[in-house]
Amino acid sequence: MTSETIAGPVQQFQAQIRWRWSEVLFWLATLLPPVLVPSYLVLASQIAITALFALSLDLILGFSGIISLGHAAYFGVGAYTAGLLSKWGWGEPVSGLLIAGFAAGLLGYVTSFVIARFRHLALIMITLGLGLLLQEAANSASWLTGGFDGLQGIHTWPIFQKFDFDLYGYTAYSYSLAVLFLVFLVARRLIHSPFGLALRGIRENGQRMPAIGAPMHAHIRTIYTIAAIIAGIAGAMLAQTTETVSLEALGFQRSADVVVMLILGGTGRLYGGLVGAAVYMVARDQFSGLNPQYWYFWIGLLLIAVVMLLPNGILGGLALLARCLGVRS
Amino acid sequence: MSDTALAVRGLNKSFGSLVVASDVEINIPPGVRYALIGPNGAGKTTLINLMTGMLRPDAGCIFLGADDITVLPPEERVRRGLVRTFQINSLFPHLTALESVTLAVCERRRVAATWWRQITAYRHEVDEAYDILSVLTLASVCHRLTRELAYGQQRLLEIALALATRPRVLLLDEPAAGVPREESQELFAAIAGLSRDITVLFIEHDMELVFRFASRVIVMVGGRVLLEGTPHEIASDPRVRAVYLGKTRQGSVS
Amino acid sequence: MPSVFGVLFDGVAYGMLLFLLSVGLSVTLGMMNFVNLAHCSFAMLGGYVTVTLMNAFGWPFFATLPVAFIAAAAASVVLERAFFRRFYNASDLNQCLLTIGIVFVSIASAAYIYGTDEQPVQLPSYLRGSIAFLGLDFANYRLFLIATALLITILLIVTVEMTRFGAQVRAAVNNQRMARGLGINVDGLFAITFALGSGLAGLGGALAIEMVGLDPSFAFTYLIYVLIVVSVGGLGSITGSFAAAMLLGVSDMAGKYYVPAIGSVLIYLVMMVMIMWRPTGLFGRR
Repeated sequence: MTSETIAGPVQQFQAQIRWRWSEVLFWLATLLPPVLVPSYLVLASQIAITALFALSLDLILGFSGIISLGHAAYFGVGAYTAGLLSKWGWGEPVSGLLIAGFAAGLLGYVTSFVIARFRHLALIMITLGLGLLLQEAANSASWLTGGFDGLQGIHTWPIFQKFDFDLYGYTAYSYSLAVLFLVFLVARRLIHSPFGLALRGIRENGQRMPAIGAPMHAHIRTIYTIAAIIAGIAGAMLAQTTETVSLEALGFQRSADVVVMLILGGTGRLYGGLVGAAVYMVARDQFSGLNPQYWYFWIGLLLIAVVMLLPNGILGGLALLARCLGVRS
Repeated sequence: MSDTALAVRGLNKSFGSLVVASDVEINIPPGVRYALIGPNGAGKTTLINLMTGMLRPDAGCIFLGADDITVLPPEERVRRGLVRTFQINSLFPHLTALESVTLAVCERRRVAATWWRQITAYRHEVDEAYDILSVLTLASVCHRLTRELAYGQQRLLEIALALATRPRVLLLDEPAAGVPREESQELFAAIAGLSRDITVLFIEHDMELVFRFASRVIVMVGGRVLLEGTPHEIASDPRVRAVYLGKTRQGSVS
Repeated sequence: MPSVFGVLFDGVAYGMLLFLLSVGLSVTLGMMNFVNLAHCSFAMLGGYVTVTLMNAFGWPFFATLPVAFIAAAAASVVLERAFFRRFYNASDLNQCLLTIGIVFVSIASAAYIYGTDEQPVQLPSYLRGSIAFLGLDFANYRLFLIATALLITILLIVTVEMTRFGAQVRAAVNNQRMARGLGINVDGLFAITFALGSGLAGLGGALAIEMVGLDPSFAFTYLIYVLIVVSVGGLGSITGSFAAAMLLGVSDMAGKYYVPAIGSVLIYLVMMVMIMWRPTGLFGRR
């Protein structure tokens, strides 16, 4: 039996906030693709974008316990906003990013009033319904969205008037990675704030929160709006780096995929979405020759396996392994 | 009304044909310790749910001090000082004891909505949480996850969460429920140690607790208040005996 | 532009189909709170059983219906024992993920075995065509569907209201803990109810082929509609499922005929309005 020296109260919180070696290594590793696998930079930038989207879902699903099956709505709104801005003549990426984030955040804010009031099946159905509604609306409004063919005529201007989007993807990757990192820092700060603690309280026991005087609905509205902004930013980056936007950006497939990625990586750990996105998209790229139906066969099996064997995802499994090996993180 | 800490007037609540509260009238002066007893299904927890706003009454009013709180939402009542604990632990399983109580303190101090400052900047709140846990002998386990605590410690954490909100009126729903004998000493000490600024109403089946702490006992049966009196008066009242007849309970009335 | 009665008739037929597909899920969700998103995979299984028996083995249509029911019920028993049992106390999310995984696997398997095209079936001649009545044409198949569904509805109501089994089901849905306390074998009851509900879904799937077509995406497309019926109607309520299915069947048909621009979204709008008005459903508890 090891004797425990218990850290002082503030130290306990400090220990959580400290940057771990594994985190530093992770971010250093993200600098490797341009050096190691330059031919995969386009994929890498897409991974960074999807990772940001997964991070936004983690904030509401992993940390706050809000199940959303329609989160792509905000991604899609961000993508179409940035796309339309560019199409109508304003292709400056950074401002486009911010405007798209704002638009998605606005939708998130409005819908959060409904979302905050429900739980369980009702919540699942409402998020699903909102996503499907938006998908149909976007399909119908083909004069705006380009319908099935998608938006045409997007051209992204060079970043800071200097870095042009090259064919090899160096600029795209640097751009997406930089945005991912910056937003990640904000999210990390949020998680370690009193608000982050409140979110986990909501996830752990939503019934107890009002009993300690917490304005639970207001908290949920705030995080939902923030998550929508981040999803919108990710969507905007997709539009800007690929110079296309189509209906699948806000479709159910995208909403479902991001849930799978987050579960795969592990919820509530900030890095789960990043890891899950990377693994999922690399695998999909490797098996891209496969008929899409068969891809979903394996994803189905994977989901069943993860839920039954590794409910906390890859990162959860790694943490368990580390504990078994006596490694302290 | 300001010489009453908590009052309930003409409270009624039914679920279809099931009447769970019928013309309930209760007055609790400040600083006292009152006990609420009655057989299972008498409506005691329902009354607490009505008082705290988790259930809406069909008729009647609830007063906290001089304020009519009948239509206020639960979190608003907590902010005004009406706080309860749960009969079945309602805690945060994957938060540590320290995190749980810190959260309650932050909510009370209205800083829980700030997302841009790290929690380590809130030393006052963290230290206050630690102090509350220390008083309840939980300091040595404050770093442990709630789900890893012993049941008796979890019951104490229930009370710690309530105390973190600085209650004026505290409703304890069977605080000793399910706590094994060995662990109940700390619990009793915690209840004894509650400041006299706090008015306490506790539901209990354990008559040892009732006799030890309550100055007055309210008996509820079938959604109604049967009678009120000192513990001795209640213990010797034939009507109360009849209500509890046939039930063997630890330290029971007979 | 078809008449109001024509649209109403089609809507009711569609609603009856939705009811058959949904009632099992509503009751099992109400009883065990187990979110089984794979429910329509059982429906799809029933459909493909009918297709296989008819096209590959030459069975007559009616003979395939009981087999579709039994096959779906049997498959559900296997899955319940192997997987679902362990998840009765798991979180909503985990239940969703497990059953969505099963849906993916079932869709891919169906695509692999049968391909992605809609399956053709040859109905017996008396089910094809229509009857003219009061100046309107009523499709024979839809009449048959409505009649069958009504028969099953009556059987269900009789079972639930008048048999001991039904009373036990009602008790278990209403208050599981209390029911166990009264000595009711809730787990066994659930297994039977689950099998029956999935069997009905399988039957619904078989009946759906002619009405809406069968292809591998059925398990997912109709899951959405079934979830809408269940959440609007209320968990654990047969009457609720019936009312919601009718409401949705008719509004969907009406929407598609009269306001095709927003026809396909009408069903989602109705669903969301209903859920916001009554979060636990029309006839749900609490």
